[in-house]
Amino acid sequence: MASISSRRLAKELNEIHAQGCPVGIELKQADDFVTWRFSIEVMGESLYKGEKHLLQFRFDPSYPISSPAVQFVVEDGREAPIHPHVYSNGHICASILGNEWSPVLSVVAVCVTLQSMLASCKKKERPVDNDRYVKNAPDNPKKTRFHYDGPYLFLRYLPATATRD
Amino acid sequence: MSSDYEFSDDDGDYYDDGDMMDTQEDEDDDEMMGSYDDFKITPKGKHKSYEVEYESLSQDAVEQLMSADVEHICGIFGVDRDAALLLLRSMSWNKERLIEKYMDNATSVLCAAGIQVPEPTPETSRPHSTTARRSTRSTNKFLGLSSASKPKSPTPPAATSPKSFVCPICFDDSPDLTTRALVCEHQFCTGCWATYICSKIRDEGEHAIRCMAEGCHIIAPDTFVRTVLSSEDGDPEENALALSRFHELVVRHFVASNASLKYCPYPGCTNTVSCPSASSKSSLILMVPTVSCGARGIGGQSVSASQVLEKGGGLGIQAKEHKFCFGCPIDGDHRPLICTVARMWIKKCRDDSETANWIKSNTKECTNCLSTIEKNGGCNHMTCKKCKHEFCWVCMGPWSEHGTQWYSCNRYDEKAGIDARDAQSRSRASLERYLHYYNRWANHEQSAKLSIDLYAKTEKKMEDMQVTSALTWIEVQFMKKAVEEVDKCRMTLKWTYAMAYYLAKGNEKDLFEDNQRDLEKAVEDLSELLESPIEPETIPQLRQKVTDKTVYVQNRNEIVLEDTANGFLEGRWKWNAVVEGFDEPERLEY
Repeated sequence: MASISSRRLAKELNEIHAQGCPVGIELKQADDFVTWRFSIEVMGESLYKGEKHLLQFRFDPSYPISSPAVQFVVEDGREAPIHPHVYSNGHICASILGNEWSPVLSVVAVCVTLQSMLASCKKKERPVDNDRYVKNAPDNPKKTRFHYDGPYLFLRYLPATATRD
Repeated sequence: MSSDYEFSDDDGDYYDDGDMMDTQEDEDDDEMMGSYDDFKITPKGKHKSYEVEYESLSQDAVEQLMSADVEHICGIFGVDRDAALLLLRSMSWNKERLIEKYMDNATSVLCAAGIQVPEPTPETSRPHSTTARRSTRSTNKFLGLSSASKPKSPTPPAATSPKSFVCPICFDDSPDLTTRALVCEHQFCTGCWATYICSKIRDEGEHAIRCMAEGCHIIAPDTFVRTVLSSEDGDPEENALALSRFHELVVRHFVASNASLKYCPYPGCTNTVSCPSASSKSSLILMVPTVSCGARGIGGQSVSASQVLEKGGGLGIQAKEHKFCFGCPIDGDHRPLICTVARMWIKKCRDDSETANWIKSNTKECTNCLSTIEKNGGCNHMTCKKCKHEFCWVCMGPWSEHGTQWYSCNRYDEKAGIDARDAQSRSRASLERYLHYYNRWANHEQSAKLSIDLYAKTEKKMEDMQVTSALTWIEVQFMKKAVEEVDKCRMTLKWTYAMAYYLAKGNEKDLFEDNQRDLEKAVEDLSELLESPIEPETIPQLRQKVTDKTVYVQNRNEIVLEDTANGFLEGRWKWNAVVEGFDEPERLEY
């Protein structure tokens, strides 16, 4: 397992180095196969014009069979983008990070999806249950069971005991 | 085994033996009653009114039921077993609905079940779904991989060795790499398939395993899962575990979808109970479907009844029978009270008991607006925060009558004060009433929990008896039998208190409480006998007494259970609260 995970990440990293990231996405940190960081920026006209956010990936040995833990970095004065699917602690409710995850998706593919999630946003606001969720949220967003609504949307956070819809 | 009463055939052989080494309680009953024929209430073999007919099925037996459904669908639709299984699973095993929908639009049903790849343009004449077909989808948007050399597999489950293939998951590109694909033809290497299927089954408990490609809704059929998990990819031990778990998940899905089947809720037990008579909601207001899967023990040590016999029928919690209610999730046996009311009671207890206790001992209610007030200091002149009513904490009368005597109340007999105290005591009465039943209910529950200790103590006593008297091991079994009976009756008693709380006042309730009282008295007497010290010279007398009392207790328990069950069948019980499925209570009087 561990070998698949590191081999796959090595390959993804090579590809990033060789071909570069899509526009607006920059590799910031990939010193090991545990934590990677990217900066992400929405290009063109959008509500997030001029904002640059830091996205963090955490991998466990079961990657890519199971999804990486992805969240926005909210330390050193950084803030998570204000978006109805992004909690103020950086956690993201997107179905491709949960039950829609497929092992063929890559780190770059996730970045691109999240970039377009921001780009398509019509109104800057926090999720309705932001305060409640942030108060009780686990450190690792993968431990949260989100209720997804729409392609990469969600409506509410369910306690860990609830089953995933 | 279907019910305990199947065993009663053997009784003739041991009839006068008195005590027999056995864990089948009812068999014991009959033997014990051998010399007390007068006490016998129910003739052997006859179904008692408080029992329900059911059948315990092993996982294999359930798989046979499943197979029958699958064969049926195969025959009607002309599809193979894999497709039939996926179709049934996608329709929650509702054959009628599946047939109806399939006849209506086979393609859409096949697509929804993840058997067939949806076509951009609707296609009508494709009932055979599992033949390999060319996918029109372009699925190679991932990672910029080239799809030009994408291999095609003629039969999906077979592994192929294509040239210059890179697995899009692990990036292995060795020339001897073998790959597999489902009907959607998304190729991945066999190693990744094994890891993925293993992880889906073992980590997520999923039986509908989708293709690994993003957005692909094709589901891996059984043959595919089996082929992958029995190949040499991955850890063979892990794979074997995953495969057996997969079968279990499919069986569980089948059981969960079928109203007349229920999985044994005991940890580690894989038996299923079939109880068609309790499958409808309306039947649950007429009876309590207490069933047992036949196994005993907890977790991995779960053993069948016959194994217990071989081991000599050890006492204690380890050997407890897997009894549960078919109609609701309450664990154990909640006879004689029906599911709905038992659940009402449990809910009430969860909401009320502890809080109620505290409120009762620490607060009073405002005589005007009935708000609950806690006095945490200060004088007796109370002003209700809510309605501003001023009253005296001591006599509960209005403060206006107290004049200037601020710190003492000598007006206890004033009429207004008496009225106020009456009103208060009425509202307290309902709480008192609840606590009366709750305390007794909780007491029996507590005693039943302590029965584990009692088992251990009894075992010790039985050993002592063998040493201090001429009795053999078999002859001291009467102790064990008595302990079991006490435990059983305490469960009955516990639930009679919940039932009595909700029973409407009247003759029927009086008779019910008479029966309850008789049983309680008998149980407490027997309990006391079991706790009494053992003197070697009085053992024969003790044995006689315990045996007599056990038979008596058993009869009292039968009477309570039988009478209550008949009452439900006759519609004799009336409630003092609104119970689903019953008429509304005429008047709310307790």
